[in-house]
Amino acid sequence: MDITSQKKMTVGEMGLTLLSALFALGALIVAAKAYTPEYAFHAYIFAAAGVAATFAVVNRYYNRALDAVPQEIDGKPNYNFGPVKFATLAALFWGIAGFTVGLLIALQLAYPALNLDLPWTSFGRLRPLHTSAVIFAFGGNVLLATSFYVVQRTCQARLAGDLSPWFVILGYNLFIVIAGTGYLLGITEGKEYAEPEWYADLWLTIVWVVYLLVFLTTIWKRKEPHIYVANWFYLAFIVTIAVLHLGNNATIPVSIFSPKSYIVWSGVQDAMIQWWYGHNAVGFFLTAGFLAIMYYFIPKRAEKPVYSYRLSIIHFWALIFMYIWAGPHHLHYTALPDWAQTLGMTFSIMLWMPSWGGMINGLMTLSGAWDKLRTDPVLRMMVVSVAFYGMSTFEGPMMSIKAVNSLSHYTDWTIGHVHSGALGWVGYVSFGAIYCLVPWLWKKKELYSLKLVNWHFWLSTIGIVFYITSMWVAGIMQGLMWRAYTALGFLEYSFIETTEALHPMYIIRALGGGLFLLGAIVMVYNIYMTIRSPKTASIGQAVFVPGE
Amino acid sequence: MSNTTAHKPSVWQRHQVFEKNSIILIIGILIAISIGGLVEVLPLFYLKSTIEKVDGVRPYSPLELAGRNIYVREGCYNCHSQMVRPLRDEVERYGHYSLAAESMYDHPFQWGSKRTGPDLARVGGKYSDDWHRDHLRNPRSVVPASIMPGYPWLEQTSLNITHIAEDMSVLSIEGVPYTPEMIATAVSDAKTQGSADDGATPAFLKRYPKALVRDLGGNNGKLTEADALVAYLQLLGTEVDFKLYDDKANIR
Amino acid sequence: MELTSESLSAFAASWGSLYFAVMFFAAVAYALWPSKKPLFDHAARMPLSED
Repeated sequence: MDITSQKKMTVGEMGLTLLSALFALGALIVAAKAYTPEYAFHAYIFAAAGVAATFAVVNRYYNRALDAVPQEIDGKPNYNFGPVKFATLAALFWGIAGFTVGLLIALQLAYPALNLDLPWTSFGRLRPLHTSAVIFAFGGNVLLATSFYVVQRTCQARLAGDLSPWFVILGYNLFIVIAGTGYLLGITEGKEYAEPEWYADLWLTIVWVVYLLVFLTTIWKRKEPHIYVANWFYLAFIVTIAVLHLGNNATIPVSIFSPKSYIVWSGVQDAMIQWWYGHNAVGFFLTAGFLAIMYYFIPKRAEKPVYSYRLSIIHFWALIFMYIWAGPHHLHYTALPDWAQTLGMTFSIMLWMPSWGGMINGLMTLSGAWDKLRTDPVLRMMVVSVAFYGMSTFEGPMMSIKAVNSLSHYTDWTIGHVHSGALGWVGYVSFGAIYCLVPWLWKKKELYSLKLVNWHFWLSTIGIVFYITSMWVAGIMQGLMWRAYTALGFLEYSFIETTEALHPMYIIRALGGGLFLLGAIVMVYNIYMTIRSPKTASIGQAVFVPGE
Repeated sequence: MSNTTAHKPSVWQRHQVFEKNSIILIIGILIAISIGGLVEVLPLFYLKSTIEKVDGVRPYSPLELAGRNIYVREGCYNCHSQMVRPLRDEVERYGHYSLAAESMYDHPFQWGSKRTGPDLARVGGKYSDDWHRDHLRNPRSVVPASIMPGYPWLEQTSLNITHIAEDMSVLSIEGVPYTPEMIATAVSDAKTQGSADDGATPAFLKRYPKALVRDLGGNNGKLTEADALVAYLQLLGTEVDFKLYDDKANIR
Repeated sequence: MELTSESLSAFAASWGSLYFAVMFFAAVAYALWPSKKPLFDHAARMPLSED
């Protein structure tokens, strides 16, 4: 009997088929007995995903070649870019969705009639949709795509696992769909940036563990002993987010048939754990992860090694040692004990140093190649992102000083600060990475149009300037009006007077957000045309790969 | 990972080095991040001074709890804080600064981070039930310049408290002092609190002292989501009697 | 030792500072160790030298 010529299902294929089918069955049972129709809807989504996964795995098995995919072809690694491509496109989709919802809720603050008096379109439900869509859906897919790309290229090894990378990418996006639709339907834990309910959290935990394993086992396949520093940052991001996620989502569900759960922490302890989570979601999701992008894509695009590799190591350890302490600055002057507030403030101020170390390292990578900023708008975008990183990591420590915070907290200054980091740093470094990745992944010589990248750059830069200046003015004005006294010693303004005063600023902010969205739409068109373009790279590589 | 290179022992050895490096890296990361978190979080559970000793703070009644869940569901925390800071203007605008004890039964806490609207920590008793109902239906009918969304569906949706006892037993596992009696009477307690005085009121008030009992919906115990939310809002910040509270005893 | 905010802050000011100083110098020493220079110079070129 000729065994070798017979196609056999691998253990992974068989296991995943079985588990998906069982999962679908379980979800159907939950759907039938769900306490609320909203929860039943989610159970049906899970069931449909389970059925689709079962079908997809079996279908893939029938269509695949006899043997496993080779790890190397002609002595070169046979990279697995399928999941990377999917995550890149998903990032574009969620980016546009998240920016659009952001624009909508900005307009709702200027024109409350836009809330439409409907539950699904009111600000309170759309705001978490916006924050999650831009941070976890857009940012998350950018991080998944770039981490799976960078770890393969710097380890010169094919991504570990066959089905598992796809499980990570598709499973993560399923989490996004569950979380996002949940907010619209009023399913929330009520903890900022950690709103998804217990079942979405459990699902994400499974996906995240597989993510860590895929990333780690790919690192184990590398050809040289040293792990490139970008992968350090990715690893810190993956590991820390896992810890934060578990800590801040320690809930007990009311029932397996109920979407509702109650967090085990309460009051002051819950507040501390929430902002330990919240601040480090910024630190490890929006900073460490995107610094990994900086440490790979800027040297690559500039065709120069990072300014100082040694500085990058110090940057790494100093950043992760200090960031984790800074959370309590979100709770200045609250009922959190003073010692914790002081600790948070101290570390927040110290954090300024490693942050600027990293910024200098990123910017100085361009030394000797500054002229490229004139000709390459993609590189310019990434360099400006590092400048925004520097700006918001200066503003942040300043706002964590208790005296400043007493004015800025609860105001739109915070919103402006967050967006200088989110639009300027995270947004631009992501756009830059996507502009680099797409030609590499789809084997095109170059982007469809650098001119359109230029348009994207300027539209969104003007948008960001409108956004952060209007919020800066709004926040400081609001803070000063709240504490203004008349000559007789009475509070000068009622609360609603401060709200009225903000109206023009809210319009300018929405305009800024609109420009940023417009820029992103230009990018999507450019990417679409790039992928469609027939021009393929002659050496199977994009033109910006150095020829050394 | 193939084993075809097994005849070269050096490869296997090198493989161990690879794995060791990344495991050391992960351990380093875990050490770095866990110390900060532990030092800031753990003492909050063990230091007695974290939560002040005050009288009056009690678990939410079933109706107030249902209202609080609607508050969370609609994302009120996105625009309203529940945390008055000890700053002169805030104390004059909103009332006594918030104590940690006042949110000790809050799962989750709702201190908030933004004041697009005013702080609500002490909103209880400041406005009438009717004002709240009008305000929720159409905020601009009572505050013309308000930018708050309208919530007209709340008073059109009847309150679903079928499972509220299950919610309360989960909370009791998490340390909220709900007694088995409170859990057993949950649904009837909600109805008692939301309707005009009936025979069950004294027993209810024994379980939830100082709770406001009144015909909230105006139709005898047939409760809407708006009624529950109003019951929650009217409770906020009223539990501690600050005429009796000694600020100096609790300086931390 | 009874757990109070005072005892904790005293502990943080002494042992905590020492912990941070040791960690910081360990990271700096690792990064600047002379014999590591060729390794790091090589590592810095990893994104550029991939095939």
